Amino acid sequence: MKVKQISLFLENKKGRLLEVLNTLGKEKINIRALSIADTSDFGILRLIVPDPDKAKAVLGKNNFTVKETDVIAVGVPDSPGGLALIIGALDKSGINVEYIYAFAEKKEKEAIVVIRTENIDEGIKVLKAAGIRILPAKEVYSL
Amino acid sequence: MFWDPKIEKLSREKLEKLQLERLKKTLQYVFSRSPFYKKRFTEKKFRPSMVKSLDGLARVPFTYIDDLRKNYPYGLLAVDKSETVRLHTSSGTTGKPKAIFFTRDDIGRGADLIARCLVMTGVTKKDVLQNMMSYGLFTGGLVMHYGAEKVGALVIPAGIGNTDRQLMLMQDFGTTSIHITPSYALYIADVFEKKGLDPRKELKLKRAYMGAEPHSEETRRKIESAFGIDVYNSYGLSEMNGPGVAFECQYKDGMHLWEDHFIMEIIDPVTGRQLPPGQEGELVLTTLCRVGMPILRYRTKDITRIITAPCRCGRTHRRIARITGRSDDMFIIKGVNIFPQQIERVLMGIKGVARNYLIQLESYDELIVKVEIQKRSFDGSVDHMAGLKAEIEGKLRAELLVRPKIELHEPGSLPVSEGKAKRVIDNRKL
Repeated sequence: MKVKQISLFLENKKGRLLEVLNTLGKEKINIRALSIADTSDFGILRLIVPDPDKAKAVLGKNNFTVKETDVIAVGVPDSPGGLALIIGALDKSGINVEYIYAFAEKKEKEAIVVIRTENIDEGIKVLKAAGIRILPAKEVYSL
Repeated sequence: MFWDPKIEKLSREKLEKLQLERLKKTLQYVFSRSPFYKKRFTEKKFRPSMVKSLDGLARVPFTYIDDLRKNYPYGLLAVDKSETVRLHTSSGTTGKPKAIFFTRDDIGRGADLIARCLVMTGVTKKDVLQNMMSYGLFTGGLVMHYGAEKVGALVIPAGIGNTDRQLMLMQDFGTTSIHITPSYALYIADVFEKKGLDPRKELKLKRAYMGAEPHSEETRRKIESAFGIDVYNSYGLSEMNGPGVAFECQYKDGMHLWEDHFIMEIIDPVTGRQLPPGQEGELVLTTLCRVGMPILRYRTKDITRIITAPCRCGRTHRRIARITGRSDDMFIIKGVNIFPQQIERVLMGIKGVARNYLIQLESYDELIVKVEIQKRSFDGSVDHMAGLKAEIEGKLRAELLVRPKIELHEPGSLPVSEGKAKRVIDNRKL
C-alpha cells in the first residue's frame, strides 16, 4: 500500500535542479509526480518515479543527497469537495499531514494525490476505513 | 619515552639559567653579526649589556613579520652566505616572502627538536612515518623528514596531494605515523568513506602529527575516531625552524615548547606589554641556539596562553595551549572580534554537519557561514533540515554574540583544497 518516494536535498545553487532532471533524463527515468519544498536557502525535491530503487542508485552515484521515504497514493473523486473528504478523514482521527501533492495526470474519474502523514501505517488504516481508494505501489509506478 | 631526558627534564632553575646565558650570548652575537639588528639596536638605543636577567628581555626591541619582508633576502643573516646550507621561505601571499637561512648545525638542531617530539609520542626506529606535508620551500616537509630520520624511523617522503597514491603507500608499507594538515586528514577520511572503506581496518596507523593549520579540539577528535588513532598537535613556524617548536606529549594537553631553544612570552598585541602567565595573548619567540639567522622577540601573531602547571610527563618545558587564532585572521563583525577557529569549534560539535565549511564576509555586519550537511543525516524532512539550520545559527550566536546567516550545502559541494584550507572569503571592500 505504501509508495516509495525519492527525496533530494538541493542547495540553493543556480542550475542544481536542472542537473537532477538531466541525470534522470539520461537514465530514461520518467518523473510521474513531483513537488518542491523550498526554504530561503535550500529545497527538498520529492519525486514519484516508476523505479524508485534505480532512481535512488543513479542519483546517489551522481553525488546527490537522496533519501527514500514512504508515502500514500490515493484516488480522489474528481468532484468539488473530493480532497476535503480525504483530509477530513485523517483530521478526524488526529493524523497530521506533513505534505501533499498531486499527480499531473489523472485517471478517468479520479485525481491522484500523494500524501505523507506523520504515521504512515495509521494513515493507511484510517483512509481505508473511510472507504477511500488507496493505489497499490505497482499501479502508481506504472501510471 | 625521552629522546634527551637530561635536557627535557632539566630543573626550572637550571633551564632558566641556561636561557639567560644563551640570551646574552645571542644578543652580543646579533649585535656584532647581523646588519638588521645592529641598526635596530642602535635606532632604539638598546645595548646587549642592558639585559642582566630574563626580565630584561622586555627591553629588547620586537622583530615583526614586516622586518623580514623589508630586509629580504639577506638582511637578518648573521653568518657569511657560504656558511648557510639551506633556504626556506614562508608563504608570501602579499609581496615578498620571508627568507629563512639555515647553517648545517641549525639543521641538526631542528632535527633534534623533532626527534624529541616524535619520541615523546612513542615513535621508534620500527615506525613508518609518511610525511604528507609539502616538500620544497615550506619547512613542514624537510624539517620533519630530517627529524624522523634522526630517530631512525622509515620515512616516506610522500609530500602532499595525489590521494590515491598516498593511500597505496599507507597500505603497502604499513604506515604507522603520518604528518599531515588537518584539512587533508579530513579529506582523506572522506575519501575512505566514499569508497565504503574503514580506515581503522585498512590501515596500520597509530598516530598523526597535525600542524600547519589551526584546528579545534573537536576536529582532533573527529580525526582520531575516523582513523582510530592518536592525533598530536604540533606547533611551528618557518621563522623559528618550522615544525618542532612546540609539541604535545602523550597526554595531549597543550604543547611543550622547547625552552632551551626558544624563550616564549605572551604579550598584549595592542600595547606590546608582557602579560602574566596563563593569560591569553600573542606569542612572542626568541631563538637561543640559532646561528645562521637568530630572531629576537618575534611577533608570531599567534594567539595562545602559557600553561603554567607542571605536566604529568615530567618535562619541565612549559606548554602552550592550542592556538586559538591569529591576531591577523581575526575579523570584526558588528564590532565583535571573531576568530575562524571559534566557528569551527562550534560546527564540529554539531551532529549532522559534515567536515567542510566556509566563512564568507559580505559587509561589516553580515557574516555568512556555509555548512555542508552529512549525507546520512538527511531524512527527507524539511523540518529536520530547518532544525539543523536553526541549531547551527543558535549555537554560533551563543559563541560569537553575533547572529550569522547559515547556508546549508550538499555534501562535497564546498571547495576543498589538498593543502592549507582557505576557510574565510572576505568580500568586503574597504
